Amino acid sequence: MTRPRPEDRIERRAAISGIGQSQVGRRLYRSDLDLTVEAALAAIEDAGLTRDDIDGISTYPGMGIGTPGFSGPGTPEVQDALRLRVGWHDGGGEGPAQIRAVIAACLAVGAGLARHVLVYRTVTESTAQGSGGRQGIGGGGGGGGVPRFSGFLQWYLPFGAVSAVNWIALVAQRRMHEFGLTRRQLGQIAVNARRNAALNDRAVYRDPMTLDDYLAARMISTPLCLLDCDAPCDGSTAVIVSRAEHASDAPHPLCHVNAVGTALRGRPSWDQFDDMTSMAARDAASSMWERTELTPADVEVAQLYDGFSILTMVWLEALGFCGRGESGAFVEDGTAIARDGALPLNTAGGQLSGGRLHGFGLLHEACLQLRGEAGERQVPGRNGSHPEVAVVANGGGPIAGSLLLTRGPG
Amino acid sequence: MTASGPSLRLLPRVDDENRFFWTGGADGRLRFQRCAVCAHFVHPPAPRCPFCLADGLRPEPVSGRALVESFTVNHQQWIPGSDPYIVAWVSIVEQPDVRLTTNLVGVEPDDLRVGMEVVVEFEQQDDVYLPLFRPTSAPS
Ligand SMILES: [Zn+2]
Repeated sequence: MTRPRPEDRIERRAAISGIGQSQVGRRLYRSDLDLTVEAALAAIEDAGLTRDDIDGISTYPGMGIGTPGFSGPGTPEVQDALRLRVGWHDGGGEGPAQIRAVIAACLAVGAGLARHVLVYRTVTESTAQGSGGRQGIGGGGGGGGVPRFSGFLQWYLPFGAVSAVNWIALVAQRRMHEFGLTRRQLGQIAVNARRNAALNDRAVYRDPMTLDDYLAARMISTPLCLLDCDAPCDGSTAVIVSRAEHASDAPHPLCHVNAVGTALRGRPSWDQFDDMTSMAARDAASSMWERTELTPADVEVAQLYDGFSILTMVWLEALGFCGRGESGAFVEDGTAIARDGALPLNTAGGQLSGGRLHGFGLLHEACLQLRGEAGERQVPGRNGSHPEVAVVANGGGPIAGSLLLTRGPG
Repeated sequence: MTASGPSLRLLPRVDDENRFFWTGGADGRLRFQRCAVCAHFVHPPAPRCPFCLADGLRPEPVSGRALVESFTVNHQQWIPGSDPYIVAWVSIVEQPDVRLTTNLVGVEPDDLRVGMEVVVEFEQQDDVYLPLFRPTSAPS
């Protein structure tokens, strides 16, 4: 856990020079490649580049992983669709959560392997699920020839713990035991997201929602109800990670990468991790702060993973915005995390109401806020302009990664 | 009344590394690998002791007693026809950092508590004996 020498923090050579997002919605019935190309072309144009400038490509998790609609196209498909000639390419489902694809791109441009990397994350889970709703891992069973399971899934699936919501509900219940977390506190994460989604015309759920609506929603896996779970959707988000010195004439302000959070010091396991209330967010966050002079008090807007509401609470503590076990009290009346609060949170509606763009929707919104381009939902910065420092966190359980971004001049 | 688990159990693929765990319940005993050098229990099964890196881990029965570390009542119909069932983390009394994800049986959701003392029992499914846990104070 040594602090890196300043010259070793090569992520600082990287900046997000362009952002793009495809159509986002429920059951779009468009292919993952089609959505990805739409997002990629938007990001390339936003960066003031052409595809001939793109010499790197990266994604999470890469082709053919997980339940239908989860993985999006692999980098070979996207590289070929755009006829990119790349000096560096990478995709994978392991590492510091979904944002690993951005972190890898930062390291690649820092090391001189590429100048402008197209990084994307695409989901078509809504179309894949059709009208059938979300599935557990391993499918619903039934019929002949039910497969058997090896690897880590063998320890969970036989007991009907077939979805991440079951695994994460155990974290939530443990926090109720250790810290006195309540459902009313959890509900504030969902209500805050819905309030912000009302100002995001790409969000999938925009109708008003009260805390009473939340408390009345049907249970999925106690204490988590339907409104604690993010909303499967279709959509693609792309960003261009550039070597900053090659993006000095970008049309929008650069979002400089100040520090990345990548550590995993506990056991990489949902049920064997040493601290059942924090897990990998603790390690990723602490490793991020070890790489920067900035502190939690400098952060002006936070986009924290909300695949399930409880994960946002975990990140609030892990990143030091409140003490261990204090996130419930921190969010309790909703004011601290509101757009005009001390720490505006998930300002585009997160994944709970904005749609499950799997970490990258949060990244896209962080960049919009830093650039001052978030329109009606733009939050004020502390110096009278828009925010200068944003944090993005992805993942839950034993999977976590984070990114600290600062706005450049322009 | 909650069910003991989902209506259909997705089962582990039994192999040379995990057979002692998944079939050991045939005689009613829960087993974990244990290191002959440093005496740690190891879970999931490993090729050598991850604590001291010694070779020669061997399966060894434990008491079957455990503590509930957390729990959730699943209501979602991931597996059609399932009544609500309890998923829990339990830690074995011999070594608290060895945990299992399991089902709790013989207890109603309102009576669930972190820290409850539970004891193993096995549910046979084909060649597999699934370790489930029941409160020690409840009548069986
Ligand atoms: Zn040993």
